[in-house]
Amino acid sequence: MPRVDRRIYEHPILTFHRGRKVTFQFEGQLVEAYEGESVAIALYALGVDVFSWSPKLGRPRGPFCMIGKCSSCFMTINGIPNIKACKYPVREGLIVKRQRGWGLLAKSSILEENKPVFSEKIETDVLVIGGGPAGLIAALTAANYDLNVVIVDEHFKLGGQLLKQTHKFFGNVELFGGFRGFQIAEELTRKIAGEGRIRTLTGAVAYGVFRGGYVGIVSEDIHYIIKPKALIIATGAQEKYLDFPNNDLPGVIGAGGAQTIMNEFGVKPGENALVVGSGNVGLIVAYQLLQAGVKVRAVVEILPEIGGWFVHAAKVRRYGIPILTRHTIKYAEGDVRVRKAIIVAVDEKFNFIPGSEKEFDVDLVLLAIGLEPDSRLAIQAGAVVKYVPELGGFTPIRTKLLETTVRNMYVAGDVSGIEEATTAMLEGKIAALAIASQLADSSKSSKALEEAEKILKFLWEEYRASPLLARAKRGKETVTVSIQELEDLRKRFPSPISFG
Amino acid sequence: MTYVEKFTFRETGVIELEELKRLNLLPPQERLLKGPVAILECPEEIPCNICVPFCPTKAIQMESIIALPKIVWDKCTGCGICVAVCPGLAAFVVDLSKPDADYVTVPHELLPVPRVGDKVTVLSRRGEVLGEGVVVRVWERNKTYVVTVKVSKGLGLEVRAIWPRIL
Repeated sequence: MPRVDRRIYEHPILTFHRGRKVTFQFEGQLVEAYEGESVAIALYALGVDVFSWSPKLGRPRGPFCMIGKCSSCFMTINGIPNIKACKYPVREGLIVKRQRGWGLLAKSSILEENKPVFSEKIETDVLVIGGGPAGLIAALTAANYDLNVVIVDEHFKLGGQLLKQTHKFFGNVELFGGFRGFQIAEELTRKIAGEGRIRTLTGAVAYGVFRGGYVGIVSEDIHYIIKPKALIIATGAQEKYLDFPNNDLPGVIGAGGAQTIMNEFGVKPGENALVVGSGNVGLIVAYQLLQAGVKVRAVVEILPEIGGWFVHAAKVRRYGIPILTRHTIKYAEGDVRVRKAIIVAVDEKFNFIPGSEKEFDVDLVLLAIGLEPDSRLAIQAGAVVKYVPELGGFTPIRTKLLETTVRNMYVAGDVSGIEEATTAMLEGKIAALAIASQLADSSKSSKALEEAEKILKFLWEEYRASPLLARAKRGKETVTVSIQELEDLRKRFPSPISFG
Repeated sequence: MTYVEKFTFRETGVIELEELKRLNLLPPQERLLKGPVAILECPEEIPCNICVPFCPTKAIQMESIIALPKIVWDKCTGCGICVAVCPGLAAFVVDLSKPDADYVTVPHELLPVPRVGDKVTVLSRRGEVLGEGVVVRVWERNKTYVVTVKVSKGLGLEVRAIWPRIL
């Protein structure tokens, strides 16, 4: 194996604290990594681009989302296939193999060794699924009203996508404005750890919601059956994909995936990048690539205008990064990794303009074309959802206080429609306060409702009044219903599941 | 909307001086010639007011969280706190009052960290190399370096970034 080290040792914003060295086996060879890294990160840092080969055509696959939402980093670990390497922490002695196709079902002896050894039933007031900005604030708010809380995240640490945000947040001082995203994650995680009423389950996946109001959660070795009085789904979002030839090559990565690689774990995602999409995510990632020492050749935007906020665009333009509007990627080239990206200009109807192609020698194509709410769990629970283009996809219908058609099941953050971290925190707070107004001690319940009303007023009448947020606001309006309308929907589409 | 009224910064990512002027974001000429003053290149209604509470002379005003910032030019001392705290890295300080050179203060978040006396490349809003500058002051707040650079006379309203190494 070539001796490559893609780790970043000096960064203008971040300091990477790496754990002790561990050794594990990859394709029969011993390799080194640092505790705290995932298998995917450790291998990527060593220069491994191909994680598996696709089932039918045997095409190479590399990491894409890096947050456990896609299947691009599936590997066989300790004999078990289809493990998301991005969510699996490195440990001494692991045996990691590239997977060919679906992978072979583990032998029963291996399953025997790896079977869940414990099963635990937990009753709690509030279960929060997702430890990002919405979930963290929701958990802290509920605990503040003396409610017992369990918070679950599939990553092995809390923070969600805040962990990889190096830029300072907008907003006001009370909303963590001026702090960098990862600093907000650190602060909230510290508060959660100091809150006796909150139990944290990390590295744990909520796999289903069941009749009787049970939620199944599984970690590597424990199976939890949780019965909460109320449930907050704060599962976030996943990156959208774009069709173009060779879009499956390793090196075509979600913009958020690249952020995880470079900002959460301090590994350089590549040397030369093309960013597709000029929304805030695309613009921010372009700037962060620059900070990580990656050359950004261009940001392409199919629309005639830049998608994100001007100030983010100005940050990349002043370092000479072109933002090419009315351009998109036509195809990528490469064998086991992207080597070239070919972009093309488009006309008013988004047709390619022949002869306008330009070629870039890049080893990274970052897709920043939008996010879609991760409503899978909410849908499985029977929530009535609506497709809302302004919000990125399917999202549950809810009241202003964020309760869905599944009784006592709430949504908060990007799963309720794509906005950004500040609104996610506000929504987490609203959902928790709505629950507190039902469950908290009578001396406190009316205060909870008052507080919720105050935040709602700020969110809808001041914050979302910005023309920059008009599209998302319009989207949120179309899925927000009155209590009466919610009850009507419950009658028309009864869910077998309810909480409370 | 007629052609002259249209703002182009949403297509280019570059704001023109004339656009800043139309949005009341550019200090009047006599204030510019008096000494250091902040310019907030913040033309959109971002829900953000971080600069307001941090301004030590209360020179920055906003009617609501989504309003554009307004500087009371005579209150602004050009101290550069807004350069350090603006989450959009959209605040700059310019000093056009000196006869031999202009001074520009920019936010900087790239390595290497510039030091006083360093010669740096100075860049325009569109990333063009405008020449060389000399770093005269550097301070830091939460990893945003606030760098004042001495540039050729006439470049004060054009320079908006530095590149630590000569390109």
